[in-house]
Amino acid sequence: MAVEDFAVEASHIMMFARSIGDDNQIYYDASYAAGTEPGSIIAPPTFAQASAQFDEDYFLRPKPGKTWFGSGKEATGLQKKAKDDSDGEKKDGGGAAAGGLHAEQHFEYHRHLKPGDVLSATVKQGETWEKQSKRAGTLKFSETITEYRDQNGELVVTARGVGVTTEKVIEN
Amino acid sequence: MSLSASSIKIGDTHTEVLVEDLKRTQIVQYAGASGDYNPVHTDEKFVTEIAGYPTVFAHGMLTMGMTGRLLTNFVGDGRLTKYGVRFVNQVWPGDTLTATAEIVDIREEDGQRLADLTVTTVNQDNTAVLTGNATARIDD
Repeated sequence: MAVEDFAVEASHIMMFARSIGDDNQIYYDASYAAGTEPGSIIAPPTFAQASAQFDEDYFLRPKPGKTWFGSGKEATGLQKKAKDDSDGEKKDGGGAAAGGLHAEQHFEYHRHLKPGDVLSATVKQGETWEKQSKRAGTLKFSETITEYRDQNGELVVTARGVGVTTEKVIEN
Repeated sequence: MSLSASSIKIGDTHTEVLVEDLKRTQIVQYAGASGDYNPVHTDEKFVTEIAGYPTVFAHGMLTMGMTGRLLTNFVGDGRLTKYGVRFVNQVWPGDTLTATAEIVDIREEDGQRLADLTVTTVNQDNTAVLTGNATARIDD
């Protein structure tokens, strides 16, 4: 996702590590981390994905005054899928989205993220392709490449995501 | 902890249970931390009545995150240079996930020793939910 100002903060790293069930002290204890090889708190390997928090238009976060497609009193605030919504908000082709699933995710680490980093990310569309599946009908894949740069303009993480939309619901 | 070329060999594996009886609350916790609030992961009414799934399911990235824990426990903190996965089956509340990493190559690139690994995460039925690979810097 495209973001301009993704400030990497220790408390966010701690919460993210908790959410993946990782109690490694390097994710929350600065004095422990100072004695490790990285020498400071670092972020877990998949943390860059939390850049969604810093994408103002991120489609998969409810926003004040905007219609949300999840349930309230009724099962949805919109007809069927927000995908067809014409409010012009960005959709994230590389991630899980309503009506779509996350098929692949790849990270290349030029260095590991740490508190104090302020990242910007640019997104390029990659390839698109189709595949037939007995289980899910026609699968439509689309790839996005996200480059995360730090406050000095240095490339720190390259992420490649593949999203897929399926013709039929997959129930395993 | 980190690996060194002299103490590992191709075929070495490391296995960990990532989660037992995955709770819906952990999926909510991941939604909050990652910022991905897609209701298919947390909203039973939406996911069953609108999206057409039997129940909510975990973010692929939650499984990738938990599997990343196995990798960093194995190769050491800050040692990964690459980590990529395919999400091959969905992860549901109640699942118990076990991941295994295997060293498939030990090599040198630009004077740096590297280990290539494959990683597979399976559920309680031994069905793969995630397959992937990683590369880590190792010591001599």
